[in-house]
Amino acid sequence: MLKVIAFNRLSQTAYLCLGLLALILLPWLVGFTGGNYWVRVLDFALLYIVLALGLNVVVGFAGLLDLGYIAFYALGAYSFALLASPHLPQQFESVAAIFPEGMHFSPWMVAVFSIILAALFGIILGLPTLQLRGDYLAIVTLGFGEIIRIFMNNLDRPLNLTNGPKGITAIDPIQFLGISFAKPLDLGFVQIPGLYLVFYLFLLLAIAVAIICTHLQNSRIGRAWVAIREDEIAAKAMGINTRNMKLLAFAIGASFAGVAGVLFSAFQGFVSPESFTLWESIVILAMVVLGGIGHIPGVILGAVVLAVFPEVLRAVVQPLQNVIFGHVLIDVEVIRQLIYGLALILIMLYRPGGIWQKSGTK
Amino acid sequence: MDIFLQQIINGLVLGSIYALIALGYTMVYGVLGIINFAHGEVLMIGAMVSLSLLRLMLDLTSGLPTWLILLIVLPFTMAVCAGVSYAIERIAYRPLRNAPRLAPLISAIGMSILLQTIAMMIWSRNPMTYPQLLPSSPIDVWGSGATITGKEIVIIVVALMVMSGLLFLVEKTKLGRAMRATAENTQIAALMGVNPNRVISITFMLGGALAGLAGVMIASNYGNVHFYMGFIPGLKAFTAAVLGGIGNLQGAMLGGLLLGLIESLGAGYIGELTGGVFGSNYQDIFAFLVLILVLVFRPTGLLGEKVSDRA
Repeated sequence: MLKVIAFNRLSQTAYLCLGLLALILLPWLVGFTGGNYWVRVLDFALLYIVLALGLNVVVGFAGLLDLGYIAFYALGAYSFALLASPHLPQQFESVAAIFPEGMHFSPWMVAVFSIILAALFGIILGLPTLQLRGDYLAIVTLGFGEIIRIFMNNLDRPLNLTNGPKGITAIDPIQFLGISFAKPLDLGFVQIPGLYLVFYLFLLLAIAVAIICTHLQNSRIGRAWVAIREDEIAAKAMGINTRNMKLLAFAIGASFAGVAGVLFSAFQGFVSPESFTLWESIVILAMVVLGGIGHIPGVILGAVVLAVFPEVLRAVVQPLQNVIFGHVLIDVEVIRQLIYGLALILIMLYRPGGIWQKSGTK
Repeated sequence: MDIFLQQIINGLVLGSIYALIALGYTMVYGVLGIINFAHGEVLMIGAMVSLSLLRLMLDLTSGLPTWLILLIVLPFTMAVCAGVSYAIERIAYRPLRNAPRLAPLISAIGMSILLQTIAMMIWSRNPMTYPQLLPSSPIDVWGSGATITGKEIVIIVVALMVMSGLLFLVEKTKLGRAMRATAENTQIAALMGVNPNRVISITFMLGGALAGLAGVMIASNYGNVHFYMGFIPGLKAFTAAVLGGIGNLQGAMLGGLLLGLIESLGAGYIGELTGGVFGSNYQDIFAFLVLILVLVFRPTGLLGEKVSDRA
């Protein structure tokens, strides 16, 4: 018996190592067969995993519907865009005077800052609504997402803070231990392209977030969230401070999005309000719901599937339509939306636990 | 002075449209205790369907007066919208009535995306112009410099008429009594011989018809339609329903009118008040501010009863 357990443990470690090795080789494999475009898709998929895991804390663990999740992502992205691009010094002479060599805050500093900022906004939004019914939170977050976008779009006058719909360009690339991710890293025997470096960095972040989420779920806090989700009144009766626990879930989810936003803007080098529409919030919600609400591996699967899926559609369906009909009959974007809408309904109706649901749930 | 009067007029027009949409939210909330997230899309479908019907009628009949065409198109549009709203309930809400709270919310969002996409496929991805069928030349109000158009008068009058009709229906008829009983307690209403499923369906259809009417009004007020036009009015009408006290019909009407006034006065004066820092492009923010303030200071709304977690 003991032998079997030892063997299992061994094989578990072996699987883990194999999995890690596969992940390390993945960008090389994808880059070799599909080119840099698909490595970029992978990078974004990892960013979406972080976002989906963050939203899962709010929606899956605590059972609160957040429809403006992308706003926290936008907060992070714009924080970094403003603090690490020539935009502010160009607009304001006083800023240029303080930073004669241009503003180049490190992404890690800004990440810490946006964790605090996003959590703060989460609390401000949550305080008035979390004591009320859950539906109110959904609407208020929906409105908040729109408001943030209105501000981003219109704060180019009279003081040009956000550069309006044109967005902010020339944002500093990611730097880590003095290594710039914008150019390949020369290790002597092999050159690692910047896109691959970004992959490894985002992979680390996604793993870290997944570990944090797992620990949260198995902690006292996680159990309190489940209790609130299942029956709030009973949870209150058991001595759980439901309001604070819900606020905590909301703030933690928001801060994950804040970090992801900083990395997004550093990776992309450009931000504009277009990246932060309601549709993006819904895409992330669809990832959580499709993968498996509250089930971390499921959410990761959902994020990967839905991040890669539109690109596959674009690469396969578009040419296919050209071949069959001679022209593009239905736009790929339309097909994507159609499938997302249908998926949200059908999953809720027939498989509310998602495609990879927790074992033991009905 | 004339700016003030002008903004009051604009506010009343906006407000009566919001009130019509808010009634849909509040009625559904009354019987089911949920927020119908796909309600804004019904409005959009109404505008789209009426556009197609109007084009068809204008092509087929050249001699008919335009108001008559509108009068023929309206009932059809409202019927289609009632049908869409019925479908929303049957597909996204009824199967999930005993599911966890989150499930119907998410399926309704799916429904909303689906309706938008369908509209995009049937009609267009781009905004389309909406024919102007009612007189839109400005009429001076009492020589004050403020103006109102014939179209705006029609919007306000029709909205008021429909709302009084609805109040009559809910307060005085047998169906209305069944609706109120279902809102009070579904199970006991069922014991008293009310068929709750039927009442819920009818409630959704009524709300849908009102939203369809509101959609036609918005389309003719702004002169264009697009597939995402339902989102912002839906959000605002929800705010109006909460402001008035969700679940309360008079509250939705009052909330709608108030919100319309707040919004247009706010948009009219924000530039002056902030010294030109913020312009009227921030108009959409007022509804949201109102929503937050109401939720902080009076979550039950102006005329509402206590919002409890669970009945």
